[in-house]
Amino acid sequence: MSVKTLNLRARLPFKDHTIEFNEGISLTGITALFGPSGSGKSTLLRIIAGLENRGNLRLTYDGDIWSDTNAGIFCPPHKRPVGMVFQDDRLFSHLNVAGNLAFADKRSPKVNNPITMEQVVNSLDLLTLLNKFPATLSGGEKQRVALGRTLLTQPKLLLLDEPLSALDIRRKAELLPFLEKIPREFGVPAIFVSHAIDEVARLADEVILLSPDGYVSARGPIPEIFDTQEMHDFTGKFEAGTFLQATVTAQDEKFHITTLDFEGEVLRMPMVSSLNIGDRIRLRIRARDVAVAISRPEGISIRNAVKATISEIKAEDKTAFAEILFTVGTQTLRARITRQAVDELELVEGQEAFALIKSVSFDRRVMISALD
Amino acid sequence: MADLSPLWLTVQLASTTTFFLLLLGTPLAWWLANTRSKARPVIEALTALPIVLPPTVIGFYFLILLSPTSSIGRFWVEITGETLTFSFTGLVLASMFYSLPFMVQPLQTAFQTIGRAPMEAAATLRASPLNAFFTVAVPMTKRGFLTAIVLSFTHTIGEFGVVLMVGGNIPGETKVISIAIYEHVETLRYAEAHQLAGGLMIFSFIVLMVVYALNRRGAVHVG
Repeated sequence: MSVKTLNLRARLPFKDHTIEFNEGISLTGITALFGPSGSGKSTLLRIIAGLENRGNLRLTYDGDIWSDTNAGIFCPPHKRPVGMVFQDDRLFSHLNVAGNLAFADKRSPKVNNPITMEQVVNSLDLLTLLNKFPATLSGGEKQRVALGRTLLTQPKLLLLDEPLSALDIRRKAELLPFLEKIPREFGVPAIFVSHAIDEVARLADEVILLSPDGYVSARGPIPEIFDTQEMHDFTGKFEAGTFLQATVTAQDEKFHITTLDFEGEVLRMPMVSSLNIGDRIRLRIRARDVAVAISRPEGISIRNAVKATISEIKAEDKTAFAEILFTVGTQTLRARITRQAVDELELVEGQEAFALIKSVSFDRRVMISALD
Repeated sequence: MADLSPLWLTVQLASTTTFFLLLLGTPLAWWLANTRSKARPVIEALTALPIVLPPTVIGFYFLILLSPTSSIGRFWVEITGETLTFSFTGLVLASMFYSLPFMVQPLQTAFQTIGRAPMEAAATLRASPLNAFFTVAVPMTKRGFLTAIVLSFTHTIGEFGVVLMVGGNIPGETKVISIAIYEHVETLRYAEAHQLAGGLMIFSFIVLMVVYALNRRGAVHVG
């Protein structure tokens, strides 16, 4: 299937600023529109769905014009081949789950290889819910039904407007795997709006970062986008981190550990059984998960201690923290420790020290991109 | 036994009025619930006027508006040969205005309660606005419709002042139940008055009770 492009140029007043957006989006996998609350990302999604038509817009999909303010063209939402999952589930309370699904199914256009009711019920695990009414479902179940209902419209593009934000952590964890697999399983590209970095990191292939003032401040594939200054400006130092390249050297079945070679140092992480020895993979390590020692520590539970050179110490005024940049071979590692610790350990730039890594996060998608 | 033709005429008047009010009041209520127009408060106030105005005021203006000397009344006489005043048709028109708020206000409240969200969802599920209205908005507001229909019907049954001014007291044409009761009392025929008045009271009570009972039961599936 050829990749379609959505072009959106929007200029509209929004709250106390003006949204300025002019991007082409290649519709493949999941693209995240990521930004703080109030940056207008949901409004952009509603513009794509045709639920908003204000300001000056020009929106085209694969050459078809959906909105063009200057030419006076506006394709109403029910004629656009998009499906939208809202923050609130918006299930129809007068219909049961089967009725909600049938509502979409009945009205869907004829397409080749349509997504069937059976596929949707199986993939989203809806069989036991079919006779229930929305009022009796949990938040996660409602969103699963909403997602299924949307798929049955045979959309060419899925719009996900913070579908997780109304859920508590447990429900979120329940729904995430479905959101992760659905666009790929059904071959429907998605645009995903979120202000939660963990959701974006997990779901998105590409990120468009919106600034609080309503313009695009950065854009690119994950993981590259995560270590841009713009991303750090938004997420703060707390989420900042670095990506490391490492090679798989062993799989320890007994302790369920995968061992990696990182610039001659040994790293261990909980076993990822899909990896093979010799695989080059990419790891994301958050600065807050890295501690510093001036000698190789002993009698400590942290297993990953990497000898490294301190290349830079950035003290943050008016906070307790400092950021340490390490050089290991040709790679960079980032640690976030207190300024007091820097002082007491007498850390200086150019010094050799040990970076203690508390947690290594490994992303399936990151491996794929590293293998390309 | 009292003459039952006023009763039959009343039911006819209330049904006809409610039917046309439903056709007129639904789009009006939808517009009021969704518009951002500056004209909204003006239209809302006009719609609510019959609640505060004495029925004689409404009746008086309708009498003038519908009389053959006015343009509307004259036009009606030209095309039908009948006058609007002192006729069943004239009564329906006056009753529609008199009962308008009882149709519009429950519907407007119901539409405002469900908000735009279900209609937006329906649109993204390929339902045209009209289709979404009938398959989503109407079923989700069926209690509002039930309330509006019953209130309009019973309120029309209870009207007196407007009928007296616009319709007069023509048996089989404008002599509705409230007028008949009034006439029985005036002529000191209390037994007949009792039959009609008591019957009306029991009828109204039963209708209202059924509506409240249905509304309670309907609450189960409303999320």
